[in-house]
Amino acid sequence: MSPPPLPVVLRGLAKRFVRDTSETVVALDQVSFRAEQNTLTALVGPDGAGKSTLLRILAGLVPPDAGQAEVLGLDVAAAPQAVQNRIGYMPQKFGLYEDLSVQQNLDLYADLHGVPPDQRREIYHSLLTMTALAPFTSRLAGALSGGMKQKLGLACTLVRSPDLLLLDEPTVGVDPLSRRELWDILRHLVHQQGLTVVVSTSYLDEAEFCGHTVVMHQGRVLAEGTPAEITARAAGRVFLASAANGMAARSLQAHLFRHPEVVDAVPEAGSVRVVSTSPAPPQEGLAELALQFSPTEPRFEDGFMVLFRAVAREQHSSAIVLSRPPAAPAGSISVEVRDLVRTFGSFTAVNHVSFQVKRGEIYGLLGPNGAGKSTTFRMLCGLIPATSGTLRVANADLRTARAAARARLGYVAQKFSLYGDLSVDENLDFFATAYGLRGHRKRERIDWAKEQFDLGALSSLASGSLPGGYKQRLAMAAALLHEPDILFLDEATSGADPLARREFWGRITALSEQGVTVIVTTHFMEEAEYCDRLVILDSGRALAEGSPADIRRHGQRSDGRPVTMEDAFIAIVENWRQRQEAS
Amino acid sequence: MSLSPPSPHSGRASLRRTLALIRKESWQILRDPSAITIGVIMPIILLVLFGYGLSFDLKDLPVAIVADAPSADTADASAAFRLSPWFKVHPVATMPEAEQLMASGAVSAIVRFPASFSRDLARQQGTVQVVVNATDSNTARIAQSYATSAIALWQARARAEAGTSITIPSITLENRLWFNDANTSSWFLVPGLLVLVMTLIGALLTSSVIAREWERGTFEALFATPVRPHEILISKTVPYFVMGMLGLALSVIGSKLLFGVPLRGSLWLLVLISALYLVVSLGMGLVISAATRSQFLANQITILITFLPATMLSGFIFDIRSMPWPVQAITTLLPARYFVSSLQTLFLAGDVWPVILPDAAILTVMAVVFMALATRSTRKRLV
Repeated sequence: MSPPPLPVVLRGLAKRFVRDTSETVVALDQVSFRAEQNTLTALVGPDGAGKSTLLRILAGLVPPDAGQAEVLGLDVAAAPQAVQNRIGYMPQKFGLYEDLSVQQNLDLYADLHGVPPDQRREIYHSLLTMTALAPFTSRLAGALSGGMKQKLGLACTLVRSPDLLLLDEPTVGVDPLSRRELWDILRHLVHQQGLTVVVSTSYLDEAEFCGHTVVMHQGRVLAEGTPAEITARAAGRVFLASAANGMAARSLQAHLFRHPEVVDAVPEAGSVRVVSTSPAPPQEGLAELALQFSPTEPRFEDGFMVLFRAVAREQHSSAIVLSRPPAAPAGSISVEVRDLVRTFGSFTAVNHVSFQVKRGEIYGLLGPNGAGKSTTFRMLCGLIPATSGTLRVANADLRTARAAARARLGYVAQKFSLYGDLSVDENLDFFATAYGLRGHRKRERIDWAKEQFDLGALSSLASGSLPGGYKQRLAMAAALLHEPDILFLDEATSGADPLARREFWGRITALSEQGVTVIVTTHFMEEAEYCDRLVILDSGRALAEGSPADIRRHGQRSDGRPVTMEDAFIAIVENWRQRQEAS
Repeated sequence: MSLSPPSPHSGRASLRRTLALIRKESWQILRDPSAITIGVIMPIILLVLFGYGLSFDLKDLPVAIVADAPSADTADASAAFRLSPWFKVHPVATMPEAEQLMASGAVSAIVRFPASFSRDLARQQGTVQVVVNATDSNTARIAQSYATSAIALWQARARAEAGTSITIPSITLENRLWFNDANTSSWFLVPGLLVLVMTLIGALLTSSVIAREWERGTFEALFATPVRPHEILISKTVPYFVMGMLGLALSVIGSKLLFGVPLRGSLWLLVLISALYLVVSLGMGLVISAATRSQFLANQITILITFLPATMLSGFIFDIRSMPWPVQAITTLLPARYFVSSLQTLFLAGDVWPVILPDAAILTVMAVVFMALATRSTRKRLV
């Protein structure tokens, strides 16, 4: 008997799209790889790498322009239905019917897959146990949390055991706790049930859970291999750096990241993790900082960055020079929140939250979707009124002097909220006018913004057609036109590639060094390292507050590796939930 | 993994999938307030609005009466207008005067008895000139027909009084009120309302359903299952068909109970022809929905190319024969036109086969065409 065909074999796959603007986008270019039976393969890469297109081709939903895709021994382009009869596919936004209950969604997919009625009880039982959804079978899918929705989506895909499971970014926007649970389920499926899984992710740490990784960027495969093989690309080149003069990790990181001998630099546990271009730590021009470098174990992200920097565009300077730094004295309180409460009907979105932010600090609000971050943010910006509590921004009470407070703050919304069909110049002009700038002053500020954010060459392009990184820059430029003392950034780095994210934090650091107070929300836990202080929110409550080091002390790891922000986050949330249940 | 579901190719498996999808669609309709609004509340509002609120009956139509040579006969004939509740008579002496009144909008029609009226009448003939302001063609036609019946009434009375037969040359007109004995427009409007209800449920409601699945991303997961495109299409048609037929029942019962509209044709024929039109509407809604993939756009387009024409160009409110020929030509493409023509015949005249058979044939062709287009546009492809 011949061995069963490989679950996935791709040869020279290519796919182009023509956008509405008639420009051609290369989604996939010469992509080849194979997935073995009973393995967990991860497609890793930033947004726009072509991961979703690749999975859609495998699912027979998009025909390739060139090349061959064989799934379970079948040519997908020729026989998509035959493939669809045997695979499970979970798109990025899983198509749960939100107006159907959990049970009705399961029934629908069981019917569509022809699961015999006598087997359903058993299958439902094991799926609901695995996903911990058993208590919620009669709840409408639309009323589930983000993590629960993803787990239900997975359960629907698994109602009949597929020969191949395709998952497109199953953990995006999901809180760390649910993220960990989802990965536990996937590993269980592969190791205990012999499933073959291909999963895409833009969270680099998740690649380490997989047996095989395919690193993608702009439609091309940069490398493939086991996570250890990718990690090994940075072997011997990773160091932890700290400055003898007590320079903030964030500032040191910004400094090192621009260094020509550095591939990557991120703040980590009070020092800076550096990936050098050679086995020796960077040296040139760093003598006066008296840096101490200690070698450390590489991790997947380091290896990824080595691959990524070899092909990614040149990094841009992320320095920003304010023409008039905020006047408030150092150490003064910029933002004060006391006993903040916001209810929507009987639902309490923000429950007695208090914190203070000093001038020039970077303050983070961390928490899963639905934790109350955005609601807190909107109250801080005066977009919605608080139910009760005190809110002072730049010495103005938001209850009584909302306009005065607003004039002192800049806001970058979660979604790109500039006008997509206006050009860069027109957007800046509009926002400058909206902030009350006129004549010479307005021109001066717009020129400043274009120079600082490197937007000059693009000024006549429609904002909607800008590449992702530039959109984000433009949004930030618009928010800084009126020289605010305080900047609010809501999920500003979601969807950005690792390089764009580092550039972004470089700018934030530069702003804070010049006295601008910055409040950010993020769902990338490791980005908390850039903050001076942060608060962990869950279900509207502040569970822990402090410096990144303070927060990290909450976590523990059994394998002896240093505690990550994510470990700490999970420990804090689990701890709190246990106490809730106990009381 | 030794689960072996029945072959996905078997007919039973296909039936089970289709039923599952139909069940899903029905749950969604029941939980969707907008579906209930369009499917149930809108028909009721339309019924009440068209039945009670909107009336095309004319009363106190201002009319100028000119007698070039006043005589006892002209006075007698004028009285027929003066005593009618439909007219408000402005007696004038000369035609130019009457024309002036017409030009200023003070009167909508002129009734002119020529100088030879009495003489001709004695010779058993007679001519009455009726000039109607046709700016509003609808009102004009009604005015014209009222004038005709006023003269005819007078003629009949005169005949009865004289015991002789005199002939007044009748103004031969297409009279839309032929079968509407009571002259109540609700009799005429309420059957026409069915076309609106069927269009609303058929096209407007379904125009959202495929687009909604695209917008919410639910199709992507559905496509990657053993489901076949025609199963999706059937599941999108059946529940809305049922809903449309309920809307039909609601409208027919409502028009009977509230307005006493007679149904002179047979009920089964009404159901059949309505079902045909409903399938055409469903097909159009599904094609639009699949082509746009956006609920907003699909709704706009549907209103523009199905609902508005069904209101304005189907002959339901405005008579097609009084439209300029290019517009008349366009109406031949509208399914609603054939449905309205059959509806009016069925309700007010009876099973008039020469009208109903061609209408039914055209609707059948359209139903086949749109359903074929809908099948073609529902492919399991994302791009």
